Amino acid sequence: MEQLIQQIASGLASGAIYALVALALVMIFTATDHLNFAQGEMAMFSTYVCWQMIQWGVPFWPALAFTILFSFILGVMIERIILRPLHNASVLSIVVVFIGLLAIFHSLAGGIWSHTIKNFPSPFPNVTFAGSGYIGAHQIGMIAVSLIMLFALWGFFRFTPLGLAMRAAAQNPVSARLVGVNVDWMLALGWGLAAAVGAVAGAMVAPVVYLEPNMMASILLYGFAGALVGGISNPAGAVFGGFMVGVLENLVAYFGNLTEKTFGIYIVGNGEKLTVALIIVIAILTLKPAGLFGRTTVKRV
Amino acid sequence: MAPLLEVSGLKAYYGATEALHGLSFALEKGGITTLLGANGAGKTTTLRAISGLVKRDGRITFDGEAIDRAATEDIARRGVAHVPEGRGTFTGLSVEENLKIASYGRRDKSGVKRDLDLVFSYFPRLKERLNQQAGTLSGGEQQMLAISRALMLSPRLMLLDEPSFGLAPLIVQEIFHIMRRINAEAGVSMLLVEQNAALALDLADTAYVLETGTVVMSGPAAQLKNDEGIRKSYLGY
Repeated sequence: MEQLIQQIASGLASGAIYALVALALVMIFTATDHLNFAQGEMAMFSTYVCWQMIQWGVPFWPALAFTILFSFILGVMIERIILRPLHNASVLSIVVVFIGLLAIFHSLAGGIWSHTIKNFPSPFPNVTFAGSGYIGAHQIGMIAVSLIMLFALWGFFRFTPLGLAMRAAAQNPVSARLVGVNVDWMLALGWGLAAAVGAVAGAMVAPVVYLEPNMMASILLYGFAGALVGGISNPAGAVFGGFMVGVLENLVAYFGNLTEKTFGIYIVGNGEKLTVALIIVIAILTLKPAGLFGRTTVKRV
Repeated sequence: MAPLLEVSGLKAYYGATEALHGLSFALEKGGITTLLGANGAGKTTTLRAISGLVKRDGRITFDGEAIDRAATEDIARRGVAHVPEGRGTFTGLSVEENLKIASYGRRDKSGVKRDLDLVFSYFPRLKERLNQQAGTLSGGEQQMLAISRALMLSPRLMLLDEPSFGLAPLIVQEIFHIMRRINAEAGVSMLLVEQNAALALDLADTAYVLETGTVVMSGPAAQLKNDEGIRKSYLGY
């Protein structure tokens, strides 16, 4: 039982990261109908920037704040400089650009900081507390930071005029322009926010997976799965999906180990948890193609 | 007095296809002008060209300033409110958010409050549905919302594209009645595109008849309405 709680808790912790990545993907997707494959590598690059600041002696939190700002500006610039000229291009050209960005950030990071695995410090003190048998301090910190980030974004989109303008621009660009919203800038801001969210995800997960250019590859995949399962058109659904995938993968491993211990039959273990989690995701999508909370768009002809 | 909107030699393009071939007309301050004509005559395209939603060429001045190179969002902020074909509802946003979004760029908070009260005085039904998702409104209510959204820009000119489209006659009557009041009470000039020529000529003071992207006839609305020859050959009723 204790182990089960442990597994769920650590699933929630990694789920928090998947939720952030899923949200970053959804933010760009709802505005442009494109899935940014480079989201993970951008986050990885941001994490290196954060690491570099810390190496130079900047304390963790100011370094993270700077990294968030840096990533935001980087995201805005990528949209304005690279994607803006392509706004009439076909989907495939955009996909190629995303893959190009992925490769560029990957080799840039490798080139600047080398491919060797680096330790990334956790900002949370390693203390024991009631319940620390179930969950580590860094994991609680991860969940807390992610939740703060999610609530801040929710508040921004829900209650500020700029957030409303961004939602309007994503939903109906023509109508938004007709009421005076500069849709081009809203898209760029969306890219900036997505990059900033990715940076937080990267810095939070780096102490767990260690810093190296491939660190975000599987996390992007999980985030992607979470977004799809929750509904790629629904930010809240995507966040839920991220948490769900996190818990799911750990439960798969837990019950796999349990069957092996009880019956002596090996079905699934740690090695297959990604596979099984993705199979479940596919199963859900077969039954509900729009995701659990996604809206099926009905077009009136 | 100089006209509020002056269009001369307006051309519009969809890709390489020229859809308007040098259209010219003017709209007086405080007036209601209607553009009539069959499907494909270029009525909607004219409105879209004025708002900068299609590639265009020619001269458009609004209140003495050229707007033919301005971006759509700037034209809207200068006081040209376009109520688009199909109502342009933000279906996923609430009614309140649909109204708020149009005052996004405005700095005069007291003016925004006043315009909101004005909107509710015209369309009390919207006030009852403030928190409802706009996509769940009926067609008539969405049309009211579209006009209200335009009003929240505090416009001097409203471009109305087929406000009667797909609505029951009673609702159309109600909406046209409010449009007349907006024109008279708030002093908003209007450029109205309508399939329903009889309805449009009742509301408007000036009319232009378009045919395949050019003006073929113009004059006071009352005159066009009473000329049986024009009615039969161009307006189809």
